[in-house]
Amino acid sequence: MSTDVYEMVVGLEVHVQLKTTSKAFCGCSANFGASPNANTCPVCLALPGALPVLNAEAVTLATRAALALGCKINETSIFARKNYFYPDLPKGFQISQYDRPLATGGGLAITTGNGEEKVIGITRLHMEEDAGKSIHDRYPGITAIDLNRAGVPLVEIVSEPHISSAAEAGTYLRTLRQVLQYLDVSDVSMEEGSLRVDANVSARRKGETRLGTKTEVKNMNSFSGVERALTFEFARQCELLDRGERVSQQTLLWDAAKGEARISRSKEESHDYRYFPEPDLGPLILDKEWIASIKASIPELPPARKKRIAADFKLTPEEIEQLTANPVVAEYFETVARATNDGKAAANWLMGEVQAALNSRGGDLSEFSVRPADLAQLINMIRDGLVSHAAAKRVFAAMVESGQPPAQIAHEQGLLKVGDDAALAGWIDEVLAEHPEESGRYLAGERKLQGVLVGFVMKKSGGRADPKRVNQLLASRAAGG
Amino acid sequence: MAVTHDDVRHIAELARLGVSPERLDDLVRELNGILMHMEVLAQVDTGAGEDESPPFDRPPASTPLRADSSGPIPMLLPLESFAPSTRDGFIIVPRLASHDDPIESAP
Amino acid sequence: MSAADFPTLTADMIAARVRDGTTSPADIVRASFARARGVGAGRDQLNIILWSDENAALEEAEVLATQIAGAATGGVLSGVPIAVKDNIATLGLPTTCASKILAGYVSPYEATAVTRLREEGAIIVGKTNCDEFAMGSSTENSAYGPTRNPVDIRRVPGGSSGGSAAAVAAGIVPIALGSETGGSVRQPAAFCGIVGAKPTYGRISRYGLVAFASSLDHISAFARNVDDAALALEVMAGVDPRDSTSVDVPVPSYREQFVSRATVPQPLTGVTIGVPREYFPEQLDAGIRHYCDRALDYLRELGATVRDVSLPHTSLAIPCYYIIAPAEASSNLARFEGVRYGPRAASADGLRGMYEANRSAGFGPEVTRRVLLGTYVLSAGYYDAYYKKAQEVRKLITRDFTNVFADGVDVLFTPTTPTTAFPIGSISDPYEMYLSDIFTATANLAGVPGMSMPIGRADNLPVGGQLLADHFDEPAMFRVAYALEQALGEEAHR
Repeated sequence: MSTDVYEMVVGLEVHVQLKTTSKAFCGCSANFGASPNANTCPVCLALPGALPVLNAEAVTLATRAALALGCKINETSIFARKNYFYPDLPKGFQISQYDRPLATGGGLAITTGNGEEKVIGITRLHMEEDAGKSIHDRYPGITAIDLNRAGVPLVEIVSEPHISSAAEAGTYLRTLRQVLQYLDVSDVSMEEGSLRVDANVSARRKGETRLGTKTEVKNMNSFSGVERALTFEFARQCELLDRGERVSQQTLLWDAAKGEARISRSKEESHDYRYFPEPDLGPLILDKEWIASIKASIPELPPARKKRIAADFKLTPEEIEQLTANPVVAEYFETVARATNDGKAAANWLMGEVQAALNSRGGDLSEFSVRPADLAQLINMIRDGLVSHAAAKRVFAAMVESGQPPAQIAHEQGLLKVGDDAALAGWIDEVLAEHPEESGRYLAGERKLQGVLVGFVMKKSGGRADPKRVNQLLASRAAGG
Repeated sequence: MAVTHDDVRHIAELARLGVSPERLDDLVRELNGILMHMEVLAQVDTGAGEDESPPFDRPPASTPLRADSSGPIPMLLPLESFAPSTRDGFIIVPRLASHDDPIESAP
Repeated sequence: MSAADFPTLTADMIAARVRDGTTSPADIVRASFARARGVGAGRDQLNIILWSDENAALEEAEVLATQIAGAATGGVLSGVPIAVKDNIATLGLPTTCASKILAGYVSPYEATAVTRLREEGAIIVGKTNCDEFAMGSSTENSAYGPTRNPVDIRRVPGGSSGGSAAAVAAGIVPIALGSETGGSVRQPAAFCGIVGAKPTYGRISRYGLVAFASSLDHISAFARNVDDAALALEVMAGVDPRDSTSVDVPVPSYREQFVSRATVPQPLTGVTIGVPREYFPEQLDAGIRHYCDRALDYLRELGATVRDVSLPHTSLAIPCYYIIAPAEASSNLARFEGVRYGPRAASADGLRGMYEANRSAGFGPEVTRRVLLGTYVLSAGYYDAYYKKAQEVRKLITRDFTNVFADGVDVLFTPTTPTTAFPIGSISDPYEMYLSDIFTATANLAGVPGMSMPIGRADNLPVGGQLLADHFDEPAMFRVAYALEQALGEEAHR
């Protein structure tokens, strides 16, 4: 198959919407979902005489993303105008960065299919503004423009052509997405449009070092769509090369429904963007101390975190994946795990009782009524024999309701384990009296009924009896009478 | 560097300015006349200086930063009062001539 | 106040009378409109005022009167009628930049500079004619026809802010706003025999000034005398969070150093006036040279030291300007396509056809020429040779000024223009028209403050003398101007 002779070379350009409250260059809301053109003002409508003013938070989030991706921050970066005409680009130019972007030279480590670590280089990360939306199929024969999105801050993250397969591209995107989620800089949702991907793909004979002619593929709406598009385009290029033809540099649009990429008809001529420095904005000058403080504020990122948890706790890879999927969960888990020194118990409670409680009550783990320290206390109480498992569940339910610590609840509700032999003997007597058939058979020698009788005792004691001791006492009665 | 008819047609297209064939000759002549005077700049030795922008007599200041919560600039008239064509809140334009593609925005 | 009084009143006088109740703001407004009618400011005569609404202005006057009655103090411009160039956003009256592409457009927001004037009690009485999108030196490039110079109606008032200059020269308003990119306030001031002052770049907010060339645009003011011009600039000056290029430097008083001739005979003792030789070429018009020499004599009599200096890169200003300005303009004017505002031309050719139809029908020949030129110098392959090079040359021009001011010169004196007002229709070569800016464009490129004031009449036509000062040194510039104005007296108009 021709695709075996050639290798795929892919670079990805990812546009990420930053989760600021207001737009990049004006105070309009950057939020999703308002009625068309509700979030507009003279600046983002490009009314005559309006001027841009840069959003501080956009700079912070962009810098944080760049640092997390290992980039070098340019202390002075320059905004530039990218000039072209399109109805959803109100000024007739996009404010972007060209010669001197915010950041250059980073990398993202991914784990490839065969378990190896590979670093995908990141050429640059720069800031720019989003365009509005052109909706072509809402009304027949005309195009509807909504400028709510015009001016929302973006970062563009450009990777080196280091990606060598469709699967790797998918992994890169998933890894990148998780990092950006951890940083809380974006919602990174392809469905909502806060993450968009354009791919540059070329083919070359295996072993060849020069790059082949690349094509640009756009309009993928999901990570799997990216993978499928790359597979399709690579195969198309291989076929061309096999026939001795050359790949022409083109832009193609992916059609997910048809499973094919076709030449974009809207790119009638190559664009001359006539970049020049934006005269309405001065240079962006960041000081070293500020950059250092942003760097210090970056949380531990997923790859490192997973490694650490795997080293310190006995958990399966699936469990680790689930527990680190989201920084809030990861933080909660680790707090509980370290306070109990029992990763397994922490994992079980988190993925079990805690998840169930969140499911039924709704809400987020970040606002959950049970604090990690309290859950840890409960787990420790079980381990130390202060409550039984059954009682612990009742305590937990009460903790979810009231937000109070377990020791207090267990004490108030009398759920602490009872290990007092006299009390236990009393309950045992009552159970034996109430269940003559089973007790008769047990005392006659049917050891397997012990569990049932212990169960009756637990129930009678409201879960408070110490099951271990109950077992011992019953066994001694059976033995000695 | 002389500007040709093709050059002017090309830049008119880039600038979305329809230039009629009658005007083309005049424009080529006018632009060449103007550009001829600019040639003098090519001979000036500007040396290797760092990037600077006005005013030049003090260290460059960073572009000012605005608080994220600054709130929108109010408009005393709604969009519908000055937009040539709107519908249900959208701004309406003719469809792109070669349009078939479901892309949401350009380059 | 009689009809003959009104054109003699300064802004201070009007504000004082309105504040103390001697004259009502409504009377001032009526006097201004009457004057406009009297001189023929309308579209079919001098074509000074494009848009005005007397009823709306009178309503504002009533509101102002109520405010003053209830307040402890009134604003420094209480009741002062002001005309505004049509490329500056105002509420109520259209802002068309004298272009068909913005016909009928009423801005939903107001320029910061205008807001500041109105907060001090000024009343906007009209929008004035100008060259389309401020591109021109004669106001002949307006979509609404040329404005005539009130001093000689066969001649141009200068441009691009010709309408505002004419409004002041004709006595319709004591203060009018204009904008400068290459000299579009100083040059018309010289042609019309009035004062025109441009501040330091970034001193007055550009928010609401329809952008022509962003790094060169300045809102500026016309007045009949130095005091009113200084007052207008002072009120408008100051940092604006809506303009990232406005500078956060405190605004000093521009008038406190004004000394009356009666109290100090030599008020300019200790002041050094630089005379750059590049602005006095051999072929300089004899009449203009004569009045410049006379002004310099007066300055010496006032106690100033006059010194020869050199600004060696002056001759590069026009080529430099005519690359940078059109380049930025080609990008700034891309937003005019009939999508979000302005009239929309019908086109059967879809979206692309609509853009071209709107823009070719909407832009006049000079605007078209400059947008094409600007697009060309930014385009692939030419950016380095033209735009980038011009910005580098610009630094040399700026350094000329910095060096001279660092070397003990307080203020520079030059002629404002190479000629007096020329007849309407007499210049058809674009580059020849550009040369009108030969003495003024340097101050826009360098961002230094500059002003023109009347210093005489050659063949009955006004001659302007230009003063230039260091960045943010408007006080020095105005101080010298005031002293010279006092010394010249009526000689300025002879």
